[in-house]
Amino acid sequence: MIIVGEMINASRASIKEAVEKQDADFIIRIAKEQIEAGVDYIDVNAGTFVEKETEYLCWLIETIQDAIDAPLCLDSPDPDALSEAVKICKGEPMINSISMEEGRLKRLLPTLVSRPCQVIALCMGRTSMPATTSERVKVGSELIRELTDNGIPLENIHVDPLIQPVSVDIRMGIAALEAISRIMHDFPGVNTICGLSNISFGLPKRHLINRNFLALAMSHGLSGAILDPTDKRLMSTLLSVNMLLGHDEYCENYIDAYQNDRLG
Amino acid sequence: MNDFQVVADAVHKGDIKTAVAETQKALDKGADIQNFLDKALIATMDEVGERFSKGITFVPQMLRSAKTMQECMKLLAPFFQQGTVKSKGKVLIGTVKGDLHDIGKNLVAMMLEGAGFTITDMGVDIQPEKFVHKAQEIEPDIIAMSALLSTTMPSMPMTIEALDKAGIRDKVKVIIGGAPVTEKYAREIKADSYGSDAGASVNLAKSLLGLN
Repeated sequence: MIIVGEMINASRASIKEAVEKQDADFIIRIAKEQIEAGVDYIDVNAGTFVEKETEYLCWLIETIQDAIDAPLCLDSPDPDALSEAVKICKGEPMINSISMEEGRLKRLLPTLVSRPCQVIALCMGRTSMPATTSERVKVGSELIRELTDNGIPLENIHVDPLIQPVSVDIRMGIAALEAISRIMHDFPGVNTICGLSNISFGLPKRHLINRNFLALAMSHGLSGAILDPTDKRLMSTLLSVNMLLGHDEYCENYIDAYQNDRLG
Repeated sequence: MNDFQVVADAVHKGDIKTAVAETQKALDKGADIQNFLDKALIATMDEVGERFSKGITFVPQMLRSAKTMQECMKLLAPFFQQGTVKSKGKVLIGTVKGDLHDIGKNLVAMMLEGAGFTITDMGVDIQPEKFVHKAQEIEPDIIAMSALLSTTMPSMPMTIEALDKAGIRDKVKVIIGGAPVTEKYAREIKADSYGSDAGASVNLAKSLLGLN
């Protein structure tokens, strides 16, 4: 599993405040906490600042990478902000995200091919949100073809099936799960990734729903997740499911987590 | 307990069958339509919205109640056409240009309808000019805009500007909402108000039109 830590997002009040005050120590602390919790990438998002987004996103990247050597997941719906962010980011960044929405892929393609990077391909339709499995698979396949045609290796593509709340439409859970299965089946070598919190919008005890959804998604082939790595119960679900699916040789990671008191 | 308690309870529970049957019964008995609408339907949906804002009830329950009310409203449609009952006001709603997210917008539309407003839902990815043209056509009391992305938020001031240019900005109230949208942003772009959730937007719409 590829784990992306979602805590450095300016839509969270504490992060927003730290960014406004340019409180580097706070940001570095949150970054380190996530690394210690076992993430592969640290997501950075300054989207709530609108006009200052690019400036703050770049500040987040420099602040974190000056302090620690960590791969980053650059998170913005704005292709221009992402292009600027990629320029200053060290290592091989993950780009979150591109989609078939007008301009989003085209404007970002030159950046994507300019250097090796991982790309999250969001299954958002051209004119509407996908509802069914086949709508998701159609958009996902189209994105994979566009990216591979432009020389981006399949292994660097992470398809996000676009998770929508079951509270609004009860079929949204199974539609996303089956989309994950089909994309993983149709494109061997490709990755799938998603956030977990959208699934539980509008319902009580969201953490419970989120971690059960993670288990189901993993059993459908999900290979990455954008999540809160400091949520011990969620991480315990991830570790145990990963083991149950046969991805944890000798149950090493699971036992290691137990012996280091990391299981919730 | 009011005379329409059975209908009110059915709307609350989202029991479409009972609600529709009891609505028909009330109509057959010659109930005062305005009174029925206010007490059996709108008052119930007000309560549902309030409970939702407080975190006591949840989205699926709210949707179910709204759907039940919509079915009852179909039976009342002729009375609206005759003018026997009046709408609280006209709301033009849509997700702004470049943005395809519709969940929040749909919830707001549903709750406003539940509160007795007449809704014209334009859908998603609505250009400023389209808002203007539709507003000129239907003359709404309120225009409600939704945006879920920081990149599409600027379509909100663009729409307000377009309304201004068309000379109709002062004829409507503009309310905005969506995950990245804030009260502060509403002030900055000179919208009339900001709604944090579907329940809150109902109170907002009412107070803007002086109905509270």
